[in-house]
Amino acid sequence: MSREFTPALKERIEGVLAHYPNKQAGLLPVLRLVQSEKGFISAEDERIVAVLLGLRPIKVREVVTFYTLFARKPLGKFHIQVCSNLSCSLSGGEKILEHLKARLGIRIGQTTPDGKYTLTEVECLGACEQAPCMMVNFDYYGNLDPEKIDRILEGLK
Amino acid sequence: MNEKVLTQNFGLDHLFRIEVYLEQGGYRAAKKALTEWKPEQVLEEVKKASLRGRGGAGFSAGLKWGFVPKKTDKPKYLCVNADEGEPGTFKDRYILSHNPHLLIEGIVIASYAVGIHDAYVYIRGEYEVIALRLEQAIAEAYGQGYLGKNILGSGFDLDLYVHRGAGAYICGEETALLESLEGKRGNPRLKPPFPASVGLFQNPTVINNVETLANVPFIILNGAAWFLAKGLPNDGGTRIFGVSGAVNKPGIYELPVGTSLREIIFTHAGGLKPGRKLKAVIPGGMSSPILKAEEIDIKMDVDSVAAAGSMMGSAAIIVIDDRTPILEVLKKVAKFYAHESCGQCTPCRLGTNWILKIVKRMAEGKGEQGDADSLLRLAANIKGRTLCPMGDAAAMPVFSIAKKFKEELEASLKVKT
Ligand SMILES: Cc1cc2nc3c(=O)[nH]c(=O)nc-3n(C[C@H](O)[C@H](O)[C@H](O)COP(=O)(O)O)c2cc1C
Ligand code: FES
Repeated sequence: MSREFTPALKERIEGVLAHYPNKQAGLLPVLRLVQSEKGFISAEDERIVAVLLGLRPIKVREVVTFYTLFARKPLGKFHIQVCSNLSCSLSGGEKILEHLKARLGIRIGQTTPDGKYTLTEVECLGACEQAPCMMVNFDYYGNLDPEKIDRILEGLK
Repeated sequence: MNEKVLTQNFGLDHLFRIEVYLEQGGYRAAKKALTEWKPEQVLEEVKKASLRGRGGAGFSAGLKWGFVPKKTDKPKYLCVNADEGEPGTFKDRYILSHNPHLLIEGIVIASYAVGIHDAYVYIRGEYEVIALRLEQAIAEAYGQGYLGKNILGSGFDLDLYVHRGAGAYICGEETALLESLEGKRGNPRLKPPFPASVGLFQNPTVINNVETLANVPFIILNGAAWFLAKGLPNDGGTRIFGVSGAVNKPGIYELPVGTSLREIIFTHAGGLKPGRKLKAVIPGGMSSPILKAEEIDIKMDVDSVAAAGSMMGSAAIIVIDDRTPILEVLKKVAKFYAHESCGQCTPCRLGTNWILKIVKRMAEGKGEQGDADSLLRLAANIKGRTLCPMGDAAAMPVFSIAKKFKEELEASLKVKT
C-alpha cells in the first residue's frame, strides 16, 4: 500500500496548519488527520510529516510515542476501549473486560485475527456517571453489562 | 435559592444550536461587555465576583487575568482547558455537549477583558463527537458575528480554534498543555515564569477551565454581587458536582458553592446503593486526599475542603462503599499515576512505579509487614519534589489512603500470609 499522502489529505493538513503561527504547533492535529485517513501512523508517515512541517524526524517520533491515542500499527475496524479506572471498577468494570476478552478470544492490546476488533484497557474516559463504560471508535457506551455488550457487538457492522 | 445557573437550560433540545441559544438570551452578556463596558470594568467585575478556577487549583480567575501585562507588543493567548482527564471528572463534557455557545460567549468576554485575539480550546482526544459539535458552534458564532473581526461592531477581534489532545492525562496540567499545543510531548515546564508572562509560544497566556469561563457571561449579566450571593463571600457562584461510584443516582448536580458533601451524596445523588454503607469519599477527583465516612460533614468550597485536609479540585466526588476493599482503590490510584507520569522528574517517575510495585504485591497476597509505612515514606518523598504539581497529585491520595486506612491494609496482609 502506498503511503503517499493524497491531495485531499494534504489539503486538510494545510487547512489545519493555518490555525497556528508556526508549523510545529500543527503536529498533533496533522498526525490525527494522517491516522484517521490511514488507520495508523507508520515510520514512513512520520518522515513525510516531518518534511511537511519542517521538523527533525525525531521530534515527530517523540510525539507519536508519547500520546496513547496515536497508533503505530493497524487497529481493528472497531477499536474497543474499556475504562478500568476507579468509578468504573466500583460499578463492575472488571467484569466488562473479562467478558470482552472471552467473547472476542483475545487479550488486552490484541486484535482479532480477522482484523475486526482491537481491545484496549484505558484510564478514565470522562463518563464516570455511566460506569462502567467503554468507547467503540469514537462512540461512548455506558451502564454496561455482559448482555448489553453482546447487543452492542451484534450491532457493529 | 437553589436555582441552577450553568445547567439551567440543559433540558432544552438543540440548545447547542445558535438559534436556540439566542432565543434563551444568549450572547446578551457579550454584547453588554463589548459594547457598553471597558475591558478594565469587565476584569474588575470578575475579580469582585470571586470566581475561583473550576479546573483544580481554585485560583481566582480575575486575579489570574490581571497578571497578564496590559501593555505589550506580544500577542496574548487564551487556552481553554477541556482536557478533563482527572479521574472521576465529567462535568465539562456536559457543558461542551449541551451548551457550547455558553463557553464561546465566556471566551469572548474573557478575551475582551484581557486584550486577547487568539484563543484555543484544548479538548481531550476522546471527546471527538463533542469537538465536532463545538466546531459547528464556532462556525455558527463566526457566521453571526460573535467571533472574527469587529465583533458586534465593537472593533474587537477574536479567532477561536479547537485543538484536540491525543490521550495524555498530564496535558491537563497547564504548562504541559502549552507544550502539547506547541506540537511537543506534554512535559510540564518549570514555573516561574508563569504562563501569564511567558506562556504559549513564549507569549502572555491565560489558561482557564471550561466551567470557569462558562460562569463569566452570568457574572456580566447579573453582576458580581448576585454571583457572590449564590455562593460564599470568597468563592462565588455554583459548582457542577460530578458524583460517581457507589451511589443510587450518579450524575452532575449544580449546587451553590459551600453545599455540604453529605447533602450532595445523600440528598442529591440518592445515597448509597441498596445494602451498602459509606466507607470513604474522594471529594475532588482522584488527586484529592481521601475522606473517611465520618469526615463528610464539610462545606464544598475551595477553602473548606482544604481546611479538612483534602482538595476541592474538579469537584468530582467518587463514593466508595463498605464492600470495596481499600486495597482495590489504592491499586487503581497507583496504576493510574504510574501510567500517567510524564517521566521527566525522577521522584515522580520512579516513585509512582515503586508505589505500584508495592501495591501490586500487597494485592497479590505477597505484601510484607511495613509496606504501608513504605507507601507513606515514598509518597512523602515525591510530594513537593517535582517540577509540576503532578507529583503532589500522585502522592496525596496514596499518602492519605495509607495513613487513614493503615489498619485495614495491614490486616489484609495478615489474612493472606
Ligand atoms: C496533573 C494535572 C492535571 C490537570 N488536569 C486538568 C484538566 O484535565 N482540566 C483542567 O481544567 N485543569 C486541569 N489541571 C489544572 C490546570 O493545571 C490549571 O490549573 C487549570 O486549567 C486552570 O484553570 P482554572 O483556573 O480555570 O481552574 C490539572 C493539573 C494537574 C497538576
Ligand atoms: S472511571 Fe471510567 S469513565 Fe471515569
